[in-house]
Amino acid sequence: MSEFALILVSTVLVNNFVLVKFLGLCPFMGVSRKLETATGMALATTFVLTLSSVCSYLARTYLLEPLGLEYLSTLTFILVIAVVVQFTEMVVRKTSPLLHEVLGIFLPLITTNCAVLGVALLNVQQDHGFLASAFYGFGAAVGFSLVLILFAALRERINVADVPLPFRGGAIALVTAGLMSMAFMGFSGLVRG
Amino acid sequence: MSLPPHLHTPSSPHIHAPTSVARLMLTVVIALTPAAIAHVWYFGWGLPIQTLIALIFALGGEALMLRLRRRPLTPYLLDGSALVTAVLLAFSLPPYAPWWIAALGALFAIVVVKQLYGGLGYNPFNPAMAAYAMLLISFPQEMTTWALPKVIGGPDLDPLQALDLILFGHAPTTMDALSGATPLDLVKTQLAQDITLGETFSEYAHLFGDFSGRGIEWIGNWILLGGLFLLYKRAIAWQIPLAMLGSLFAIALVFYLADPDSYPSPLFHVFSGAALFGAFFIATDPVSAATTPKGRLIYGAGIGILTYVIRTWGGYPDGVAFAVLLMNMAAPTIDHYTRPRVFGHAPKD
Repeated sequence: MSEFALILVSTVLVNNFVLVKFLGLCPFMGVSRKLETATGMALATTFVLTLSSVCSYLARTYLLEPLGLEYLSTLTFILVIAVVVQFTEMVVRKTSPLLHEVLGIFLPLITTNCAVLGVALLNVQQDHGFLASAFYGFGAAVGFSLVLILFAALRERINVADVPLPFRGGAIALVTAGLMSMAFMGFSGLVRG
Repeated sequence: MSLPPHLHTPSSPHIHAPTSVARLMLTVVIALTPAAIAHVWYFGWGLPIQTLIALIFALGGEALMLRLRRRPLTPYLLDGSALVTAVLLAFSLPPYAPWWIAALGALFAIVVVKQLYGGLGYNPFNPAMAAYAMLLISFPQEMTTWALPKVIGGPDLDPLQALDLILFGHAPTTMDALSGATPLDLVKTQLAQDITLGETFSEYAHLFGDFSGRGIEWIGNWILLGGLFLLYKRAIAWQIPLAMLGSLFAIALVFYLADPDSYPSPLFHVFSGAALFGAFFIATDPVSAATTPKGRLIYGAGIGILTYVIRTWGGYPDGVAFAVLLMNMAAPTIDHYTRPRVFGHAPKD
């Protein structure tokens, strides 16, 4: 059990996917203008990331490895992620129109989130088992959600600040992301390896 | 109808309180003066020199940015905020660090962390702490070489020698022990080698005073006094220092009671490193802290807990700067979720 707790602490704080590994920056910059949309994106990503992490593990272990097709991993993972996203969208649309309204436009966007593919590939690289993959995906998603929501609230505040003209918008957001990343350096060393 | 006494409004003429940014900043500097004198007493002339270097570069950076933005120079340069940033930064630097450390830190604090966001009142991160974190990450060796306090054989330099050391790196030959690890650092490295706290304290008894490192704990007392002065002047909100020190004390107490051999006492944590300094002078920065009463409690408690976590399990000896930055980052979210009820409206379902 402590192994899974370590995976969670490691992925949420120490090796945060956005601020330490610099994965998933497009939604991080793109969907963080407002707190509400950021929250919606965070929820959707958490769901998809956990599910696709598990599915890509299954596809690799029970399909690619027995057939000796490991060189197709990247391709397969992209396919798996796209399928999971589409499937999630269809299920959500049929079962809960309210949730679909909240998550709706974000779901297709997740397909192109490099953090999702990153998690699937890192699972392979670090030899995670079934449960470890699930926790790794979930932890990565929680870490992503945490910084996305904090960043969105920060950006709402920066939007009303008297930022010098050349730095308005994306530039100051990137400076802020850099400072956040620096603050996250404080967690380094919490988990070895 | 009888109002509570503090709501009584006497008839005119009214005298308004002469509060201004410059006055508030001056209050902060006055509150830090006793601690600064104690710092000079224990660590020598490093602090005033570092402050001066930081101040020169802070004012220079601010003037440059204001010039580029075509803003008037005088009101912004004289509001004292650059002075406070310089003093806070100088306090967190090792007293005999080379001059470019303070210079680089001051420029980063003012130009990137403050002026890029539009200047005083807009910066989401505390400038002095962001600069400190940047310096610690970029120059770990220079930033962790602390001078020993004079009472236990640290360098006793006259001002000119100190200036020579900081500007040109010329260490006088008579100085045998220029520097050593801080108590926090020492305890951490010893614990990593499976040496219990009791053994560390008796082996290095000359380094430790009543609660924490000698000299450092006395500076801590004066900082506490300055902090109480700020509270008395209502320059800072009481929730933040209370929540921060309270949570640091509480979490340290739990671990100390569970295993006093590997976890230092709560008083050691409160009086070590930057805990008191951070609680009263850094975390209370009105711009980058949370602003709602309940939010301030959460914000302070978060800093206390993160400080303990980073100190105990993290890679850096002291965690106050990172804890403050991390909670700065969370402050807008905390404010968003702790908004007090607006009067005149029914509470939301």
